[in-house]
Amino acid sequence: MTDLGDDQSFVKFDRVQKSYDGENLVVKDLNLAMPQGEFLTMLGPSGSGKTTCLMMLAGFETATHGEILLDGKPINNIPPHKRGIGMVFQNYALFPHMTVAENLAFPLEVRKLGKSEREAKVKRALDMVQMGDFGGRRPAQLSGGQQQRVALARALVFEPELVLMDEPLGALDKQLREHMQFEITRLAHELGITTVYVTHDQTEALTMSDRVAVFEDGRIQQLAAPDTLYEEPDNSFVAQFIGENNTLEGIVTELKGPDLCTVKLDGGEIIEAKPVNVSAVGDRTRVSIRPERVEMSMDRLQEGAHTLKAEVLEFIYMGDIFRTRLRVAGNEEFVVKTRNAPDQPRLTPGTQIEIGWLPEDCRALDA
Amino acid sequence: MSDMTSSGQMLAADGTPLKTSLARALRRQKLRALALIAPLLLFVVITFIVPIATMLFRSVENQIVSSTMPQAVELLQQWDSATGVAPDEAVYQALYFDLFKAAEAKEHTKLGTRLNYEQTGTSSLFRTSGRKLDDVGELWQDPIEDIAPALKDGETWFAMMSGTGSNTVLEERRALWASLVEEPFAGDVGITISDEIAQMLPLTTAAYADWAIYEAIEDGKDISKRDPWEAVYAGLGLDLRSDATVRAVNAYTGPHAADLQLLTANLDQMPNTMFKDAFAEMDEDWLDPEVWEAIKIYSPNYTSGYFLNAVDMKKGVETAEMRPENQQIYITLFKRTLWMSLVITASCIILGYPVAWLLANLPMRTANVLMILVLLPFWTSLLVRTSAWKVLLQQQGVINEILVWLGFVDDANRLILMNNATGTVIAMTHILMPFMILPLYSVMKTIPPSYLRAAKSLGATNFTAFRRVYFPQSVPGIGAGSILVFILAIGYYITPEIVGGTDGVLISNRIAYHISSSLNWGLAAALGSILLALVMVLYWLYDRIVGIDNVKLGG
Ligand SMILES: Nc1ncnc2c1ncn2[C@@H]1O[C@H](COP(=O)(O)OP(=O)(O)O)[C@@H](O)[C@H]1O
Ligand SMILES: [Mg+2]
Repeated sequence: MTDLGDDQSFVKFDRVQKSYDGENLVVKDLNLAMPQGEFLTMLGPSGSGKTTCLMMLAGFETATHGEILLDGKPINNIPPHKRGIGMVFQNYALFPHMTVAENLAFPLEVRKLGKSEREAKVKRALDMVQMGDFGGRRPAQLSGGQQQRVALARALVFEPELVLMDEPLGALDKQLREHMQFEITRLAHELGITTVYVTHDQTEALTMSDRVAVFEDGRIQQLAAPDTLYEEPDNSFVAQFIGENNTLEGIVTELKGPDLCTVKLDGGEIIEAKPVNVSAVGDRTRVSIRPERVEMSMDRLQEGAHTLKAEVLEFIYMGDIFRTRLRVAGNEEFVVKTRNAPDQPRLTPGTQIEIGWLPEDCRALDA
Repeated sequence: MSDMTSSGQMLAADGTPLKTSLARALRRQKLRALALIAPLLLFVVITFIVPIATMLFRSVENQIVSSTMPQAVELLQQWDSATGVAPDEAVYQALYFDLFKAAEAKEHTKLGTRLNYEQTGTSSLFRTSGRKLDDVGELWQDPIEDIAPALKDGETWFAMMSGTGSNTVLEERRALWASLVEEPFAGDVGITISDEIAQMLPLTTAAYADWAIYEAIEDGKDISKRDPWEAVYAGLGLDLRSDATVRAVNAYTGPHAADLQLLTANLDQMPNTMFKDAFAEMDEDWLDPEVWEAIKIYSPNYTSGYFLNAVDMKKGVETAEMRPENQQIYITLFKRTLWMSLVITASCIILGYPVAWLLANLPMRTANVLMILVLLPFWTSLLVRTSAWKVLLQQQGVINEILVWLGFVDDANRLILMNNATGTVIAMTHILMPFMILPLYSVMKTIPPSYLRAAKSLGATNFTAFRRVYFPQSVPGIGAGSILVFILAIGYYITPEIVGGTDGVLISNRIAYHISSSLNWGLAAALGSILLALVMVLYWLYDRIVGIDNVKLGG
């Protein structure tokens, strides 16, 4: 985790808490620091408090406790319209009674820019999102993807340094969504704006962000770059939430050093794993292995590595990969993904095989 | 895939033009939809369209004059009212026979009432004359019965009048009766009137036919045994005033020719009364040309008179003119109605908008309580609510007491909040408020809060965000609410009646007065039609200026 000093951070949440009803904390002790120009994604299941955080940053909700700093200055008492933060809403919130151009001119008008300057900026912003020809249309006359572009242009037209986006692509179909993901990241990097992006779609988070903050139950479970998040999850929630994951439960029986321990699974089998969240012999643990890191050909494993017996339950041909579901140590949802290569066997259900993995790919996490 | 014919028409799979095929498919759907709404459609037609059509018809309908005095009205057309002299004897003679019939059927007072709307005093003129008509007939009946005692007897009359003929007179008279009493008067009268008699004694025959029809059909009597009424004797007397008739009677050989010849032999004993004098004796007003002018102006079957009255004009023989200043009421009332409805609508917008906003934006529980408060007035009788305003508004009422107690108002100069326009505006604003709040609320409910947030995040202050973003989107609600409130206000009746005094009553109060007190339904219908036209014109204007698409009741 990158920890920034106060001097470098552009956006900073300092021990922020939020409660709507005075009974439950929706956001619990949030600490977060972002350097200028970063693209940070808040990822988490629905109801985990992402929108609430965004709204506190935008000024539509007040923090119950703690402080939010923007460019080093506390903003708790600054009203939303003076914060100069661009925002893209999930339903786009384009004003239906104004044309696209009027929508874009709105922030410039309230900033009292002259007419010619306004028109130039609106045109530039519309061109930026390839919507130059649509200035005269009403939002209702645009497709979902076009509305999305206009909403983006409107959030950028007054050149804010910070832009917040709350699930902006949630309403689009898959293809359009992937295209817009690319567009948004491109624009954010070209313009050098700091972006806080909220989504519950982990692929979106991994492909777009510099860093991802995984939210669960009002807390950041892990804040890291996408590759770290995927390959080195800090706890079993993150491991489960990001990507596909196999878990086996057991008890730590031996700590062999900082990077190796042995775990006795509940079925009696012994395996080796990398201790992450376990500290003592006898701790309960969940070991996590990514499906693509499981080996089915024994020659790829180290000398003396632990192996497990497995029974093939299902074989699914997916084109680029094969997906095999196995029963391993009592777990019937154990999945293995293999590349579709000529030498890969296509296993029939009922076959008994042996599987194994490198100890560093198998992470012993909290139970 | 559909094919194209050479003419460029799209064809369906079976080769029929796509349009025909589509129309056929839609027709059955439409029929089913029609069957579904048929009961409602019928209900609407019966309870809505028919009454409106009747009202429109009633505002021009005016058959009563020509159906009650058909013969007099016809003769009156030759009379020129500009001469300033009453019409001549022939008109009075026709009037006698018309009125005699009408008085027997008790229809003459209706005409009196009708004409009284245009010329005061006519009602009593007709009523008193109706009572005295019998005396006129007796002037002839007594001498005729003295000279020829056989003519006392109904059977003699029946024998004398019967004979062979086509009964055309009888059918003509029957048609006149039918239009007078608005019933067909069909059925067998029990007599064939002799053509010879009908030609020789036309007035007698007409009067006898009138009597026979009424006696046989209305009273169900056998006319061969009944004595005819006085008008028949008057008719006979008048017929015998002509020398030609006297000669014809002397040469006549039919039944009871001898009795008739007794009369021609004693003509010197018959009265030479003129009807004009007889009517003048009943009531001087019959000589007044103004009465006759009113009758002539309102003799056509359809009249613009009600509408002219409804806009403070007076119908003349050919032209129409404004009534004198001190008799003008309706235009003032229409103007006041429009103005006060506008004021009420504006007050409803100003007071209702914030309430609707609260309703749409407060948390559920609070909003529900508030909604009950808004709807509460609907659960109370309109009369109770308006009466409550009486308690509040009167000079010794709650509002004045509080103002005096707070020292805002001097005890001697308490505010007059009731029995004037102020009272009407206050009470009606309150009563119509829900009709503004509800459409506003349902439109505001559909404006997501994210619009305001978006506006603020773009740099707008609370006020700018409201003015530029929220308000324009709530305009359709204001439009819908305004149309509802305005149209309700323009036709409101109970509240102005109770708290309006004289300065605060609206046109509907006048309409109600004409419907239930003065019974001038034609004028009430004309006023109602004008009101209807006004509303439609305003609706059209609204559509032109604001656009009717800009009205939403929600969603
Ligand atoms: N205006 C509000 N009033 C009360 N509770 C709220 C409000 N907004 C959100 N919540 C609650 O706060 C929690 C977090 O919500 P939110 O921040 O919207 O989550 P996310 O955006 O991650 O789905 C949820 O349990 C939600 O019910
Ligand atoms: Mg959310």
